[in-house]
Amino acid sequence: MSLLSVENVGFSYNRQQQVLYDISLTIRPGASIGLVGESGSGKSTLLRLLLGLTAPSTGHIRFRGEELQSRNPGFMRAYRRQVQAVFQDPYSSLDPRQTVLRIVSEPLRSLRIGGDHRELVQTALESVGLDRAVINRYPHEFSGGQRQRIAIARAIVPRPTLLLADEAVSALDLSTRVRIVDLFKQVRAEMTLVFVSHDLGVVADLCDEIVILEHGRIVEAGPTRKILQTPSQNYTQKLLGSVPRMPA
Amino acid sequence: MTALLHIENLSIASGAATLVHDLSLLIAPGERVGLIGESGSGKSLTATAAIGLLPPALSARGSVLLDGHQVIGAPDRHLNRLRGTLTATVFQEPLTALDPLLRIGLQVAEPLSRRARRDGQNLGGAELHREVLRLLDLVALPQPDRIARSYPHEISGGQRQRVAIAMALACRPKLLIADEPTTALDVTTQAEIIKLLDALVRERGMGLLFISHDLPVVAGVVDRVIVLRKGEAVEQGPVQEVFAAPRHEYTQSLVAAARAFDRALEPSP
Repeated sequence: MSLLSVENVGFSYNRQQQVLYDISLTIRPGASIGLVGESGSGKSTLLRLLLGLTAPSTGHIRFRGEELQSRNPGFMRAYRRQVQAVFQDPYSSLDPRQTVLRIVSEPLRSLRIGGDHRELVQTALESVGLDRAVINRYPHEFSGGQRQRIAIARAIVPRPTLLLADEAVSALDLSTRVRIVDLFKQVRAEMTLVFVSHDLGVVADLCDEIVILEHGRIVEAGPTRKILQTPSQNYTQKLLGSVPRMPA
Repeated sequence: MTALLHIENLSIASGAATLVHDLSLLIAPGERVGLIGESGSGKSLTATAAIGLLPPALSARGSVLLDGHQVIGAPDRHLNRLRGTLTATVFQEPLTALDPLLRIGLQVAEPLSRRARRDGQNLGGAELHREVLRLLDLVALPQPDRIARSYPHEISGGQRQRVAIAMALACRPKLLIADEPTTALDVTTQAEIIKLLDALVRERGMGLLFISHDLPVVAGVVDRVIVLRKGEAVEQGPVQEVFAAPRHEYTQSLVAAARAFDRALEPSP
């Protein structure tokens, strides 16, 4: 049974501009899926739909067989406990006026999860490679990579089954990127991961499956190995050929 | 032969903090040099200092010779002549390089006619327009006529970066400074722009200072590379050598990281 299924989903912000066309996609429990595409391909819009922030114009999205009800607060609270997200910019996604404890415990409060919040937060911080003692510090005291660790801690603190990441390593320097990708590999072992990125190298390193989007359509999808070995579509080949490589 | 850019013992400071420390680099005519490093390493500051555009709050010590002219401490009216005849710069974000309220044609015409004036010629009217179209064509923009009539928001990001390159070329510089020119672009567009820059720099025998944090991109464009870390050059040499056998620990970590993502793309069993 699929964890999340996208069935013939179309989306347009207005009548003139169709952003997604007939997207179908099955996310199995435990999968790690990379959604790859260039700017304007619709990958972030698709992620917004998966998060339930926006409803599809046509088609259905089902979580464990149940249709997403993005306008039903009760449903969304339960859904948010299962599905969390990490975004691109660690500088804008953390409230600068709040302590790390306040930031990371936010989902526990809004989702009305009981227990010792301080302890849950500290455990989450440890699992992303930060010290338990950082809870009283503020975002500006951390580097970009550390901030992204805080954002990941916040996403995993309610123990979701599915983590959605939108260009979560794109704003990071190369050496930091490697470390955060390693952290995602560790997260991947514990939950289902959908990782949106324009960076094929990162996605190939991290994900078992790749879905390639172009102009709002899925042009190719399948296991990472297969897509790298025998890309069947021209666009996939062009995308692979465009990635700059190190000299041999 | 005079070096296009000769930086010796350059230090840049903001109050008590040293941002670039004792940096030296040399670019001979036709030579292509890459400056790599992560954010905050001082790459862009070095480029800014090379054309004398450091903000007043920062102080520079050492020597920066642009085609034999000292930049540090030189008055702006002197530097203005060097910028735009000797050097031109392409920046990361083409949107900020272009005036949103002016048609592309007018924006490209401006450096063209200025360069002509400096050469003691008067370029205008139909002749200027022809030159604009020729430049747009040179950077492989489709339908130069239409692009010239467009506003920046009416063309794509890749096309805007081509326009920025056309404007830089309009100055006929001996040294082109490209500061992360493809970082804001999609990977397929990036590949096209890199190919274009490479061809243009080669054809015209320009010197190139190419700044980037992206090692494989740099490898494809330059002959020699300088690795900056926290304002200090930790390693330099021919790009093939440095990337094949990095000596400094920091370069080793960068090369290993870049190769890891490369390897992930290898279709091995």
